[in-house]
Amino acid sequence: MLKMLRDRWLGGTRTLRFPNGPAEFPERFRGRPTLDRSRCGDDCRDCAARMPSTMLRLGPHGPALDLGAALFSPDEAAACPHGAIAYTRDHRMATGSRGGLVTPTGEVELARALEGRARRLFGRSLKLRSVVAGSCGGCEAELVALGNVVFDLARFGIQFVASPRHADGIIVTGTVNPNMRLALEKTYEAVPDPRLVIAVGACAIGGGPFADSPESAGGVPDGIPVDLWVPGCPPHPLTVLDGLLRLLGRIETGTRGPRARAGE
Amino acid sequence: MTVATGRALRNRRSIPWAAVPCRPIAAFRSGVIDAVGAGARLVSLFGLADGDRETRLVAVLADDARGELDATSARVEERYPALTPECPQAHVFEREVAEQCAVTPEGHPWLKPLRRHPPDHLPSGRSVPPVDREDYPFFRIDGDELHEVGVGPVHAGIIEPGHFRFHAHGERVLFLEIVLGYQHRGVERLLETLTPVRAMLVAESIAGDTVIGHAEAWCGALEALGRVHKSPRAQAVRAAALELERLAAHIGDLGAMAGDIAYAPAAATFGRLRGDCLNLLLTLSGNRYGRGLVRPGGVAFDVTAEMAAAMVDVLTRVAAEFARAADDCFSAESVQARYEGVGVVPSDVCRDLGLVGAAARACGFARDVRSDHPWGAFRYAHIPIATAAAGDVAARAVLRRLEVERSLEFLIEQIRALPRGVARADAGGPLAPEELAVALVEGWRGEIAHVVLTDERGAIRRAKIKDPSFHNWSALAAAMPGNTISDFPLCNKSFNLSYAGHDL
Repeated sequence: MLKMLRDRWLGGTRTLRFPNGPAEFPERFRGRPTLDRSRCGDDCRDCAARMPSTMLRLGPHGPALDLGAALFSPDEAAACPHGAIAYTRDHRMATGSRGGLVTPTGEVELARALEGRARRLFGRSLKLRSVVAGSCGGCEAELVALGNVVFDLARFGIQFVASPRHADGIIVTGTVNPNMRLALEKTYEAVPDPRLVIAVGACAIGGGPFADSPESAGGVPDGIPVDLWVPGCPPHPLTVLDGLLRLLGRIETGTRGPRARAGE
Repeated sequence: MTVATGRALRNRRSIPWAAVPCRPIAAFRSGVIDAVGAGARLVSLFGLADGDRETRLVAVLADDARGELDATSARVEERYPALTPECPQAHVFEREVAEQCAVTPEGHPWLKPLRRHPPDHLPSGRSVPPVDREDYPFFRIDGDELHEVGVGPVHAGIIEPGHFRFHAHGERVLFLEIVLGYQHRGVERLLETLTPVRAMLVAESIAGDTVIGHAEAWCGALEALGRVHKSPRAQAVRAAALELERLAAHIGDLGAMAGDIAYAPAAATFGRLRGDCLNLLLTLSGNRYGRGLVRPGGVAFDVTAEMAAAMVDVLTRVAAEFARAADDCFSAESVQARYEGVGVVPSDVCRDLGLVGAAARACGFARDVRSDHPWGAFRYAHIPIATAAAGDVAARAVLRRLEVERSLEFLIEQIRALPRGVARADAGGPLAPEELAVALVEGWRGEIAHVVLTDERGAIRRAKIKDPSFHNWSALAAAMPGNTISDFPLCNKSFNLSYAGHDL
């Protein structure tokens, strides 16, 4: 017992100061992607064909990035021979709409805080039920990591609970395959109104690496309205946390900026 | 071994498809049964469409003592006599063949849907009625004093989906039926049909906590077929990444097990140390699970000199902190009382089911691809195998602790003395046509096996993926009878099997 207490003392406090302190990532970290159109050649179609994902979209107004389809792979950046696609170390990229993930530059309008009754209800206490529906298990591993002493999700009043009846919303991961479709719908229906839906990871947003499989519905189906979209494969725990805290109004809204306002 | 191809099939050495004998089903059947009876292990058994109506069954066997593999095959139509009654190791494989190819292994004692999906490897000239995914014939026990407890697929935590049905007498479990398939994404068909660059990302997403292991197996098979030679440096970086993945998983699971028995200090410390290991992968590859690192020909990211020094510092600190926390945890009577004698897998069950990895080593079987079928850096740097005898939760926990210590030693040694060479060799060559390659990797759960067969144009004709969980889910079902339902979470965590890796 004394040894345990000694080790606890030696261990010190290991919880990140985030969001009050900076979020730091190593040099190679692949966060939010960017598209520099000034570098584009006239062969975007070739780049799109070489891409391992459908992150590069070609429209009438030129190329755009779909962060919801991005798999955050070095092969995506390598698909453009002109170096127009790159990954920044910015971990923030959760949005309030699916369309918000598609931009000409990779800069996104980050999720806004809930308003009115929902903010009053959930702002200081949010209970979520996790529904895994055809994933590789990677996103879930990062959601589990949010509970460890480093990220310590509970300090924000956010918890994963054991029943949809206890929940304010669901976090969906996975492609939503036929074998989980019914379970997802039933869980969603079992959560009392008002309820939130959070789609975490490329699979839940658009099918991810499995998008072309007949066993994938291409993410959360239309009948389940999503309030927060968190890209990643899998998203870094801080990407998920940043999205959740923005939704709850605990981090200031903004499309970009050096970092969350100090003291927030 | 009684079945012979004439040319040596070894881990990552391909052979011509024509060299794989196609035998009458009776000879195929007795050949596999006799080989397994003589001590061989069934690494893989699968079907592929062969012509309009026929399915080719292919068995890959391992002679672990001699480090050799062997492949044999047979052509069947809609049914054949099952191997399982005489060779229980085939039991899940034959259910898989039945589901993927709509071929009935007659006489199979437990022929139920495995993942509940329509056949995806059906010969072109055959059609089958639609599959009712909700129709599953559950095992039933009748009796006034018995009850059933069903759990899942949506669980009371952040856990992958699966359904567990307990038959219990009071708290005592009589029988556990595990129904999986909720994570099925059609991985094998994607690997067989997507472009190489896209298939690579699917291979990294077979099991999200075994990114390196599966990427390593996938690349191993492709490199054998493409005659790609990697530099010693690339092999060493890959081996280091595989051991980092093992460290993260084992340390994390020791923490999760401590959490399940409410031993909070170990849960907190191990959870944090797991993060340190993941962050080393992040530093190396830009992703906490090592996505993007392993690519055909080597690794996409090299270890710089500063990075190597920093990694050794972190690993040295992790080793010290792990040793302190593990000493506290394993010497606590309350921990010992909760781990010992719970979830015992008898060693004959382990042998019959062909269990792999730490689950098998905890039953006394010194089975480890790193030493039985060594590849890459493991041919030169050996990691001693640890075993335990009891087969219970305590044995699996102690074993993981030992493996953490040995992996840490290996890593520090490897990273301090990384060989020279390019990180990634040119991997542009086409795959050899009509060849079969088997790539084995000792992932942190045990043996990962990828079998890849090419067609006459060098395109992938069949990709057979096996995660160690495929074998070891049966061990969890076998470990539960006699225990209480409340021991299930701890028992489950001591294996921590992959739903995604099983469901594909």
